[in-house]
Amino acid sequence: MSHKIIRIQNLVKNYDLGDLTVHALRGIDFDIDEGEFVAIMGPSGSGKSTLLNILGCLDKATSGNYFLDNVDVKKFSKDQLAVLRNEKIGFVFQSYNLLARTSALENVELPLFYNASVNAKERRERAAAALEAVGLLDRMNHFPNQLSGGQQQRVAIARSLVNDPVIILADEPTGNLDSRTSFDIMAVFQKLNSKGITIGLVTHESDIAQFTSRNITFRDGRINKEIVVENIKSASEALTKMPVELDY
Amino acid sequence: MNILNLLKVASNSLTKNKFRSFLTMLGIIIGVASVIAMMAIGQGSKQSIEEQISSLGTNILFVRPASQARGGVMMGVSNAKFLTVADADAIKKDCESVAAVSPMVRGSGQAVSSYDNWPTSIYGVNIDYFLIKNWEVQDGRLFSNKEIRSSQKVCLVGNTIVEKLFGEGADPVGESIRFNKIPFKIIGILKIKGESNFGQDQDDIIIAPHTTVQKRILAITHVQNIYVSAKSSDLSKEASEEIETLLRVRHKLVPSEESDFSIRTQEEIMSRLTSTSDILTALLSAIAGISLLVGGIGIMNIMYVSVTERTREIGLRMAVGGKGRDILLQFLIESILLSVVGGIIGIFFGIAVSSFVSNFMNWPVQITIDSIVLSFIFCSVIGIFFGWYPAKKAANLNPIDALRYE
Repeated sequence: MSHKIIRIQNLVKNYDLGDLTVHALRGIDFDIDEGEFVAIMGPSGSGKSTLLNILGCLDKATSGNYFLDNVDVKKFSKDQLAVLRNEKIGFVFQSYNLLARTSALENVELPLFYNASVNAKERRERAAAALEAVGLLDRMNHFPNQLSGGQQQRVAIARSLVNDPVIILADEPTGNLDSRTSFDIMAVFQKLNSKGITIGLVTHESDIAQFTSRNITFRDGRINKEIVVENIKSASEALTKMPVELDY
Repeated sequence: MNILNLLKVASNSLTKNKFRSFLTMLGIIIGVASVIAMMAIGQGSKQSIEEQISSLGTNILFVRPASQARGGVMMGVSNAKFLTVADADAIKKDCESVAAVSPMVRGSGQAVSSYDNWPTSIYGVNIDYFLIKNWEVQDGRLFSNKEIRSSQKVCLVGNTIVEKLFGEGADPVGESIRFNKIPFKIIGILKIKGESNFGQDQDDIIIAPHTTVQKRILAITHVQNIYVSAKSSDLSKEASEEIETLLRVRHKLVPSEESDFSIRTQEEIMSRLTSTSDILTALLSAIAGISLLVGGIGIMNIMYVSVTERTREIGLRMAVGGKGRDILLQFLIESILLSVVGGIIGIFFGIAVSSFVSNFMNWPVQITIDSIVLSFIFCSVIGIFFGWYPAKKAANLNPIDALRYE
């Protein structure tokens, strides 16, 4: 049996809005194994963002168990969760969330600033290595406003890699990008996944989900459908097959 | 996050907004500069008052009759006849802390020379007076003890008298003047003292033996004041006590009676004058302090704007592992950096303003280390105080909401 990065059991999340209680998650069980590339899908309001916040240790479940890398996060304090995020999780956001007027390299360095055991030299080396992994080493001194959307998202991916996380959690990473650039970003994810990095990706586009190894579909706070993708498409191949006319 | 990284992050974000950081600091710069300049000007004027007072003479004590109320009627000081030349002699003889003693009588009237006339005062003193007042003779000589004993009609005159009665640059030694119709022979001219701190022309004076003034001008046997100088400024308090005891015995006062004289020391007069200047300094510094406070509020304002503007950055920092404490410290250090750097610039600016005032306006100015240290500490406190709430606000943000903030 392979090592389970994420294990959730009967996870429930309710939001109390005065008289009204919103049941965002109504009891969810699933695991993510090491080296998997899982797409979490569903329409808006299905609870996938809530789930991602809990998986990312940004939010706590109302009930149920969540084990991240065999660690039960239920008992963790706010500060302990911050340390956990710093050491075990990489985040990629829809809107990149890069720091303006800060070079690509410094943006990638950011998570390591919060890790006291990494010194300045090591921080720089690891950030450069992460940028190299997403193919942007030559742009390390560029500011975000000098980079295209796809390049900015690559910098964000490099930032999520730099702390050597057990899982990268991506929240609609292609949501702001055109389809060609989206495929390009998916190619980057596939490449990282092929090196053994576990990735959890939230999306509502099925053509993005086809590049992953497993699709979990949500509806109304429950898992609606779970399919293991038999025939995983290669994003880089899809990119080459794409008609150039669409590229604008 | 260690402190070095925090410093780097904070200074990075400040240098990314150079102009805004500078404008924010400007409030602190102006505040600190004005505190330092105001304190320097206040300190300078206080010192110049002190210098002027000590130039009046060294370690001086004044003994004068106390004003007496009898039957509800205030008897004027000038009518009191409680001090005598014998009192002055006794003080000189018996008080160990005393260096010099001079009785003093003073009359005013018209001085007339063969050229002109001038209303002025005549002071009757003995030779010790010149020691006490630290006054030298520029031309001619002092009168002698023999001349005092025999009430000779000799006098020394101040420079103003020379100018008014004989014309500028004249040498009237040996000439004669009449004061209230009594002829006096000028035997010396006093060194120029200039204007006193009270705006009085100290050179508008005629000095004669006290015996002469007592007998010929005022026709009295008492003296109006006794001038005393203590052996050193440390001893002036002891001298005052010795004189008090001696005079009470001489005046046969029983313990229940109040003294019929009063003794004032140079220090008392000085503290009265410097207290005025102290009040002025405090007032000016308070106004400058208010501008420093306004500068602090400016920092708080900008920090609030900065926290709101960087909500997503804060969310991101939290997501990648920043603890509340890290965020708090980052913003706190930013505001401390703003106020401390502003404070340092303000200190130099304040020193520059002070030296400008002293060089171009000829005001007495003295920059004190106290004011520099004080305003520097005040700045850091302002940085912490006004940075705390915005930083706390940043640290308390929910990372999920902060990341979604538009």
